Amino acid sequence: MKTRIDTRFEALKSEGRPGLVTFIMAGDPNLEASQEILNGLPNAGADLIEIGMPFSDPMADGPSIQLAGQRALKGGQTLAKTLAMVASFRKSDNKTPIILMGYYNPIYIYGNERFLEDASAAGVDGLIIVDLPPEADNELCIPAMDHGINFIRLATPTTDSDRLPKVLENTSGFLYYVSITGITGAAAPDPDRVGKAVAAIKEKTDIPVAVGFGVKTAQQAAAIGKGADGVVVGSALVSVILDHLDDQGEAGPDTAKAVHELVSDLASGVQSVKH
Amino acid sequence: MSKPIEPNSFKTGPDEEGHFGIFGGRYVAETLMPLILELEQAYKGAKADPDFHAEVANLNKHYTGRPSPLYFAESLTAHLGGAKVYFKRDELNHTGSHKINNCLGQILLAKKMGKTRIIAETGAGQHGVAAATVAAKFGLPCVVYMGKTDVERQSPNVFRMKLLGAEIVPVTAGAGTLKDAMNEALRDWVTNVDDTYYLIGTAAGPHPYPELVRDFQSVIGKECKEQMMEAEGRLPDMLVASVGGGSNAIGLFHPFLDDKDVQIVGVEAGGHGLDGDEHCASLSAGKPGVLHGNRTFLLQDDDGQILEGHSISAGLDYPGIGPEHSYLKDTGRVEYVPIMDTEALEAFQLLCRTEGIIPALEPSHALAEVVKRAPKMGKDKIIVMNLCGRGDKDVFTVGKALGVDMETN
Repeated sequence: MKTRIDTRFEALKSEGRPGLVTFIMAGDPNLEASQEILNGLPNAGADLIEIGMPFSDPMADGPSIQLAGQRALKGGQTLAKTLAMVASFRKSDNKTPIILMGYYNPIYIYGNERFLEDASAAGVDGLIIVDLPPEADNELCIPAMDHGINFIRLATPTTDSDRLPKVLENTSGFLYYVSITGITGAAAPDPDRVGKAVAAIKEKTDIPVAVGFGVKTAQQAAAIGKGADGVVVGSALVSVILDHLDDQGEAGPDTAKAVHELVSDLASGVQSVKH
Repeated sequence: MSKPIEPNSFKTGPDEEGHFGIFGGRYVAETLMPLILELEQAYKGAKADPDFHAEVANLNKHYTGRPSPLYFAESLTAHLGGAKVYFKRDELNHTGSHKINNCLGQILLAKKMGKTRIIAETGAGQHGVAAATVAAKFGLPCVVYMGKTDVERQSPNVFRMKLLGAEIVPVTAGAGTLKDAMNEALRDWVTNVDDTYYLIGTAAGPHPYPELVRDFQSVIGKECKEQMMEAEGRLPDMLVASVGGGSNAIGLFHPFLDDKDVQIVGVEAGGHGLDGDEHCASLSAGKPGVLHGNRTFLLQDDDGQILEGHSISAGLDYPGIGPEHSYLKDTGRVEYVPIMDTEALEAFQLLCRTEGIIPALEPSHALAEVVKRAPKMGKDKIIVMNLCGRGDKDVFTVGKALGVDMETN
């Protein structure tokens, strides 16, 4: 079964360039502002969209995304509202792939089967669940595939050649290569090292490989994009939101605009790359 | 949840994937998976290595001062007027609590694995002190993550850790307590994967931590069994221990799990009461979820967000619980009950006056349960309580709770 993710990466391949994958936290700083930011991402140049599902204990995230999640939770965000955001987005955009990213517990409490049904109905194409390694594939990964939802696996610098087949086994849509050992928003990755790592992965699989963690500028996005099918930017976008909040921590008139401007800039970076 | 069929033995867990029934497991980021698989292999090797066991036993005896005494609390028993109360006195260990048992085992494992840097999380600071202690002894740098709130309310332990050469990182995220410290320790580990050993202090986290922490702590229960046979010629009727993450409790309970006539009671922090959110009774008032690498009972809201909880005792201030306790609750083998802050404070003072022992606030919770149960039991019955920590670190907290001005008194 072909998902929007598969279709989009096929289109990018024929264009001969990497895709820009943008991350925002659902409900940051509140539902309305977040929806406005989300809806404008495709026009700004996002090829795929990751939406963070806020969690109280984001163990793999750095300060930027931790704070984004806290803002969203403070604003009353819930998993149900996040799914409603996707459904609302789908009214005007039926092509841009949406991937929900987060931690397992809120889904587990929502109910795995109910979540997959509702996510599928809302128009979710993929899931990245940080704390569900391949060892736990029976919990959500396999059931997600049955619902036509890609389960996107993370590979990291600690994923050696022995472990890679296990990581690839049930991965679909694309593989997310984490460019550093560390948390989101940390030090910038070295494009040469990342290029070599991605090339090694590509020898073992035909599915697209997107690279994330630490990419903040159009220049970095272009450098990383040379050897990858997609470049993920998250913390940098989330930080723009933080920088454009008013004294009460609310979104101002130019918050969404500022995010979309950075997305356009990043898009020019990845679009300058010819594979 | 339906009750599972009672197993032939309660001591067979965890399985190969780290599960105790439906609990436990390995829910960690991919970056950490190779590390915990490596740890699992290293621990398997250590378990089968007589030299490793001999080294642990040697340090337990000569460094920690084990075996800890099994003490008949005669005055307290007379005061309560019922069952005979014994204390397993792990508060007499070097560093003042049971935490050293686990730290010695794990640092030997870290050395065996060639790791050169130790990180740890701590709540009350007892585990932080024990981790800093073994790191100092073995000449390894040690970084301890501690919630900012806990840094403030456990200042004597913070200074102790500094004296021992550890670097203390106050964690401001969330409410600044144990769960936030654990998040930050995991973030450090995921960043420093090559040289760093994460020395988890309680019987929680991803497999194999719940198993190996339990194994290192089980020295408590094993000694207790022998000492009880020597003192009374029979097993006790009841075991009581406090549970935060649950390491002292599982250490006492585990060797007795298949002794069906021994009633086992775990005591959770009831805080200000279970009606609101001001408690840490994850087994009594939480529900199963996934946090910090394992499936277990958690305090959480309807959206699966983890709640902060509250306890007067920093060591019990954790919204989760080791997965083996979740299993033991689910199977009904162990009964878990809450004790309020005020009851723990009463028990704390009672022990000071009747036995001349200043207990930590954590075992004061267990003691409060003993105070409730012993008078209802016959004088021929025996209770063993794990007195898992001494109270020196808590005198300021207790003073404040009792409205005593420490400056003028």
